Amino acid sequence: MTNHWVDIKNADVVLIMGGNAAEAHPCGFKWVIEAKAHNKAKLIVIDPRFTRSASVADLYLPIRAGTDIVLLGALINELLSKDQVQREYVTNYTDLTFIVREDYGFVDGLYSGYDESKRKYDRTSWDYERGPDGFVKADPTLAHPRCVYNLLKEHYARYTPELVERVCGTPKAKFLEAAALIGSTSTTTRAMTIMYALGWTQHSTGSQIIRTAAMVQLLLGNIGVAGGGMNALRGHSNIQGLTDLGLMSNLLPGYLTLPGQAEQDFDAYITARAPKALRPNQMSYWQNYGKFHVSLMKAWWGDAATEQNHWGFDYLPKLDKMYDMLQVYELMADGKMNGYICQGFNPLAAAPNKAKMTEGFSKLKFLVVMDPLATETSEFWKNFGEHHDVDSSKIQTEVFRLPTSCFAEEDGALTNSSRWLQWHWKGADPPGEARTDIAIMAGLYTRLRRLYEADGGAFPDPIVKLSWPYARREEPSPEELAREYSGRALADLYDPKDKTKLIRKAGEQLSGFGELRDDGTTSSGCWIFCGAWTEAGNLMARRDNSDPTGIGQTRNWAWAWPANRRVLYNRASCDPAGKPYNRARSLVAWNGKAWGGADVPDFKADEDPAQGMGPFIMNPEGVARFFARGGMADGPFPEHYEPFENPLGYNPLHPKEPRATSNPAARVFKRDREAFGTADAFPCVATTYRLTEHFHYWTKHVRLNAIMQPEQLVEIGEVHAKELGIRAGDRVKVSSNRGFIRAVAVVTKRIRPMTIEGKPVHTVGVPIHWGFKGLAKPGFLANTLTPVVGDANTQTPEFKAFLVKVEKA
Amino acid sequence: MPLQSLDIRRRSATTTPSPAARAAATPEVAKLIDTSKCIGCKACQTACMEWNDLRDEIGTTTGVYDNPRDLTPQSWTVMRFSEYENPKGDLEWLIRKDGCMHCEDPGCLKACPAPGAIVQYANGIVDFHEENCIGCGYCVTGCPFDVPRISKRDHKAYKCTLCSDRVAVGLEPACVKACPTGAISYGTKEQMTHDAAERVVDLKSRGFEQAGLYDPAGVGGTHVMYVLHHADQPGLYSGLAAKPTVSPMVRLWKGATKPLALGTMVLVALAGFLNYVRVGPNETRDEDEDQAEREKEQTHV
Repeated sequence: MTNHWVDIKNADVVLIMGGNAAEAHPCGFKWVIEAKAHNKAKLIVIDPRFTRSASVADLYLPIRAGTDIVLLGALINELLSKDQVQREYVTNYTDLTFIVREDYGFVDGLYSGYDESKRKYDRTSWDYERGPDGFVKADPTLAHPRCVYNLLKEHYARYTPELVERVCGTPKAKFLEAAALIGSTSTTTRAMTIMYALGWTQHSTGSQIIRTAAMVQLLLGNIGVAGGGMNALRGHSNIQGLTDLGLMSNLLPGYLTLPGQAEQDFDAYITARAPKALRPNQMSYWQNYGKFHVSLMKAWWGDAATEQNHWGFDYLPKLDKMYDMLQVYELMADGKMNGYICQGFNPLAAAPNKAKMTEGFSKLKFLVVMDPLATETSEFWKNFGEHHDVDSSKIQTEVFRLPTSCFAEEDGALTNSSRWLQWHWKGADPPGEARTDIAIMAGLYTRLRRLYEADGGAFPDPIVKLSWPYARREEPSPEELAREYSGRALADLYDPKDKTKLIRKAGEQLSGFGELRDDGTTSSGCWIFCGAWTEAGNLMARRDNSDPTGIGQTRNWAWAWPANRRVLYNRASCDPAGKPYNRARSLVAWNGKAWGGADVPDFKADEDPAQGMGPFIMNPEGVARFFARGGMADGPFPEHYEPFENPLGYNPLHPKEPRATSNPAARVFKRDREAFGTADAFPCVATTYRLTEHFHYWTKHVRLNAIMQPEQLVEIGEVHAKELGIRAGDRVKVSSNRGFIRAVAVVTKRIRPMTIEGKPVHTVGVPIHWGFKGLAKPGFLANTLTPVVGDANTQTPEFKAFLVKVEKA
Repeated sequence: MPLQSLDIRRRSATTTPSPAARAAATPEVAKLIDTSKCIGCKACQTACMEWNDLRDEIGTTTGVYDNPRDLTPQSWTVMRFSEYENPKGDLEWLIRKDGCMHCEDPGCLKACPAPGAIVQYANGIVDFHEENCIGCGYCVTGCPFDVPRISKRDHKAYKCTLCSDRVAVGLEPACVKACPTGAISYGTKEQMTHDAAERVVDLKSRGFEQAGLYDPAGVGGTHVMYVLHHADQPGLYSGLAAKPTVSPMVRLWKGATKPLALGTMVLVALAGFLNYVRVGPNETRDEDEDQAEREKEQTHV
């Protein structure tokens, strides 16, 4: 979230799209209800199904799954053509005035630089023009034909309300009603918040859908203000912490990135990630990348991280490609992996195409499962009848099950969607032989280390020299680890401006990432968490919910990254002179000498606004981007591409360009492409999702949840059901080109038939929560049906739009 | 029944007066369920089972979201989901938390023939005291909302207690505590009525012109009330009774016929007594004659 849960109460309009907050985040949803009840907010829900969120909405719009960019693009067009734009904001705080390179182009769904054989773009041309001084060229009058404003206008002129009705199946009148309401927040005193979740991320165009929505928010001036923002609802504790700590194949903690194999040179690695400012007097915060990186290496390797080994850079693996989940399971299915460790992960259930997963697991020599529950993955080798029909005698994989404690049985911090690190204390001891994840990982590590120490190996240094300063080597305490990721001084630190002034003594906890150095004198395991545990103690354990301004800025409740800041980009809530746009909901302001207010300013604390520094200091140009430059794999402006399985077989925006039917830059493996189905055999659009009664595949093991929603179901529309002769409560068979499930039919008015490009299309809803382990009635894993293809940027699988057929079972 | 924190105002099938020495400590209370804030998450159902140590069967799905499908002796509250297409052609998903309404004039208590099996506290809560229940099911007939359920295990009637045990020590009912959106609130009936009026203003401003409070007069008002978007059509909410009243049979049985029956009983008793004093002692049997003979002989000796 750019903002935070409590801040939603400040919204005047709430847009829920690509998510179902009431269903999947009922506790956080209270702030939507609060905004409605006490801020007269209007709630708009846009979803293929009339959801529990829609049940309390003022306006509901149906949409065909996977066409969000069409609707959001049309919204951009509508706002631009009706001039419902926060003018001062977009001209000063975004790149609309910047001029784009002449060689940038977009022809029939493909951007300049496309290489079809690699399914990749050369992104060189996707950039701003630079002057001789190295700064970007801009035209404040917006007249230049290649300024971002004109390119944006031209790009989205094709996205009309008529197109929305034709492609999304959303009635035009409803779209215009929503657009008018959304447009009303372009004033400085009204704000809209956007709440989204996996309904946006789980598409082959997921990242670009989110970008389109962020562009809508920028046009309206809704980023950085109270009651606004782009708010990703994280669905899983501790998934926000997982990304923050960089548990992705190409990430390091704090959104630092691993070097690629071409990046063997340390200085070049740092320089590439520490861009120089693209405008005069602009702070480009990533210039500090080296400080964050070296401090991380010092946290990992301590005294062994030296200038000679480039502060441990030489120990880091250099990637030949991303090893995301889909890539890993491709390697597994190819028989190229021997062993696999699942920690808090049930991939047989959670990854697409269960048949491929089963095949891959069957080729492993060993599989280790760390989990509090007996998961489907841990019993993938066992036959469970039609729910999981395998021949155990043919599977040789040895499975080790290591029972872990669950979150309520251990101390530590969890990071919520608001970026708050909240310390929690265990409520009970774990049962039986279960141990904490920390104890299991530490036990594995100390044993591996002993083996490397005894037997050596090709390159044992990164393992045997890892800093391991914990009192109990076999089980570091959560407190020790928290102090480590927050960070401390390794030598006495003096003020760089006044070398006689001692800021911090060696061994003390640091107060924030502003104190980090790139000379090996500081250590911090995750720079964005720096300051969570200071000399004042564990700030994550704070529980003071006083709210002096009344707008929900409870700065003494837990600790938010970065720097305990509650709303990101909050400088943009003020006009260029530093005065709050909305005095009633002021976050920060310039008082003539410094920035301050209800929040921690997201800006240089003493920067006089008259100097013209831009508010988006994480971008070297200091402003927010409509034009993504090279930041995205699949284009600088979002474009609609059909899901890889779609009911049309072509892209209505580019009917004659088959390369642009689905995302041209998405990676697709051969076997997965062969497993795609087409509309002639599988005519319905399916989408998978959660129900409020359950959490993922865990709570089917819990009796209370099993009582609430006991048996697998699929949702089909009344008209569709009538066509098939299915009544509510009948058993139905839902199949894709990859397999089938059987479940009870919920026949509902909440899913309506759609006419897409003149063709009738039905939507089928597939909740995910059932499987062959647990207390609820046994069922099929929903991911038996889903296709293996990911978003071009993140490789998040396309679970939200694929093709199926429905029959009476 | 020991003297407890909640004062009993009425007991089923009992003629001795309820204790009245101490003043009622709490005013009349109510739970307010705002259907316009409810998202049907069933946290209230779960909280109810947890607090009251109930565990229903792991059932089946019958083609709707409602689960368990109906109230049972183990499920004292359930969410009922209803899809309604309004005259504008827009869909509304009306979700209602069903359970005991805690009528001011409780049909169950009126119908109950078991002394002290159903009580009403001074704060308005209607509670079943199962130790006195004889399982006759008259409360089921007497309830205008079809709420009590008879357990097959012990043949006793069960329903929501409005968490009388929590309320007695100053806590809100478990469902209120668990509700994530604040759709369920609890307080004095006066406060809840006031809060509901505010919600009705908000709903009217959003185009629900018939929004209103459900507090039906036919049962003397209720201590569980709803804010409805369509107060003119309660039936849209999975058949919520439009004009609930205590069943005429119960009224007849415990109402008009009760004095008649009592009168009949008094007449029978009186007749018996008169018969006894007038006829009974004058009748003699053979033993009496023999006894008299023996006594006579003894006096002569």
